[in-house]
Amino acid sequence: MKNIRVIAGKEFRGYLNSPMAYIIICVFLLVTGTFFSNYLKTISYTDTTIKGFLQLAPVLLLLFGAIITMRSLSEEKKLGTWELLLTSPVRDAEVVMGKFFAAVGIMAIMLVLTMYYPLLFAVFKAHPDWGPIWTSYLGLLLLGSAAVAIGIFVSSLTNNQIIAAVVTGGILFALWYLNTIATANYMPKALGQVLNYFSLKYHSDPFGIGIIDTRGVIYYLSLIALFLYATVRSLENGRWN
Amino acid sequence: MIKVRNLTKYYGERLAVDKINFDIGKGEIVGLLGPNAAGKTTTMRMLTGFMMPTSGDAFIADCNMATDSLEGRKHIGYMPESVPLYTDMTVRDYLDFFARLRGVDRTRTKKRIVDVVTLCHLEEYVDSIIGKLSRGFRQRVGLAQAIIHEPEVLILDEPTVGIDPIQVSQTRSVIKELGKEHTILLSTHILPEVSMTCDRVIIIHKGKIIAEDRIENLSAIMKGARRLRIEVKGPTEQIVKRLQRIDGVRKVAREGNYLIVESPITVDPRGQITETIVKSGWTLLSIESVEMSLEDIFLQLTKKEESEQ
Repeated sequence: MKNIRVIAGKEFRGYLNSPMAYIIICVFLLVTGTFFSNYLKTISYTDTTIKGFLQLAPVLLLLFGAIITMRSLSEEKKLGTWELLLTSPVRDAEVVMGKFFAAVGIMAIMLVLTMYYPLLFAVFKAHPDWGPIWTSYLGLLLLGSAAVAIGIFVSSLTNNQIIAAVVTGGILFALWYLNTIATANYMPKALGQVLNYFSLKYHSDPFGIGIIDTRGVIYYLSLIALFLYATVRSLENGRWN
Repeated sequence: MIKVRNLTKYYGERLAVDKINFDIGKGEIVGLLGPNAAGKTTTMRMLTGFMMPTSGDAFIADCNMATDSLEGRKHIGYMPESVPLYTDMTVRDYLDFFARLRGVDRTRTKKRIVDVVTLCHLEEYVDSIIGKLSRGFRQRVGLAQAIIHEPEVLILDEPTVGIDPIQVSQTRSVIKELGKEHTILLSTHILPEVSMTCDRVIIIHKGKIIAEDRIENLSAIMKGARRLRIEVKGPTEQIVKRLQRIDGVRKVAREGNYLIVESPITVDPRGQITETIVKSGWTLLSIESVEMSLEDIFLQLTKKEESEQ
């Protein structure tokens, strides 16, 4: 546990010492804020949901998930520092978990900062329905964590950050939009259902309307576990070559 | 402290390390000497647990680095050849991270940072960003990283490569200093380096150990190691004949305008050579000793091995 904390701490400080995290957070707030207020404006302020925010937040999370994890392990490889990490008395899994928690931490900060949108409703005594708002945030955090896990895995395969970011982005958007293919007319129904189940979007939508579907929670957690495990194996594999 | 048994590594089809065996006792400084691509780095990577051997075993403090690597790694300080550093961190943060990662507690880490920074002469740079340091200082940060947690075994891959001569001698004295408390295995392809820092040398060539001995005995391995390069004005054929008759001269060879005279290390024929030349009425333009290059030594040692087989 202590090793995970040491690695996560170093990674997290690394994020905060580089301008990238701040730029990402600013852009995230700017874009989601615009969507949040525009939506309210178009319906003449007759709603107290965060629908506007939710229109774009998931896609942005995927994009930024790919960006904040692109150097996670690829840079260690490029600098050669992973040779030091992997010869220190820490398990490969601890290295991976540390990296994962630090990136999830940045995601969490990004999400927490947007919480002033719903708080504005409360300030103006508009009495929002807090249930769906909390589930939305839970859904976004799970989605962001899954994106980060996939990003870390891809980053363990290359020492080129740009390749890591592009490949991760590709995988994430493919998984996100899988449900549009799955529900298309030409798709056989049975196959469509299976594909749908693998779609990030399919499991993300219910959280937005206040439903915590255990299938969704299990889907995200399995995705995270699968890719973190794959990352550990990928590091281990490097020792044999 | 270090025990290696039949250690072998293949990269695909290519054999990098071929069934090597050696032991290094507590407190020894041992040099792993070999030309590029001899298998030095691969051997070190297997010793540190970074890489798994294809077969054979490497032990550090009696821990098998393939099966009990996590325990073994606690005893190791390692500086890889490329001196990997987090270039956007300060020296202090970098050392702090690796100390904490290797189980040194917070208060002890603070004290250790002061100690290693002093030992490696980094006092002025402790709060500098590593990326802004010059190559020589980076090397010192890499060394500081390797010793921050007071490991019993130090594995240093080419610790003096790519830095200027003054820094090289500083680094060597730091290594000698460290040798008082640590067991050190360092690799190099520079012959004088081992004689200056190490107690013992293991010579490795094409993945095989071709010689292993104490430094004092090394010259014995290389009989006929003294070489003189002389430049004489006069009839070359005759000069060669005359020089060959001098006591102790084993061989006279031509190399461009020069003559190379080989003799056993125990004999110094310089006086006789000059005398002979001058007496014969020729002009001696220059005479100097040439160090036997590593390639020559390998040539000799591999020849020796082949003839023994």
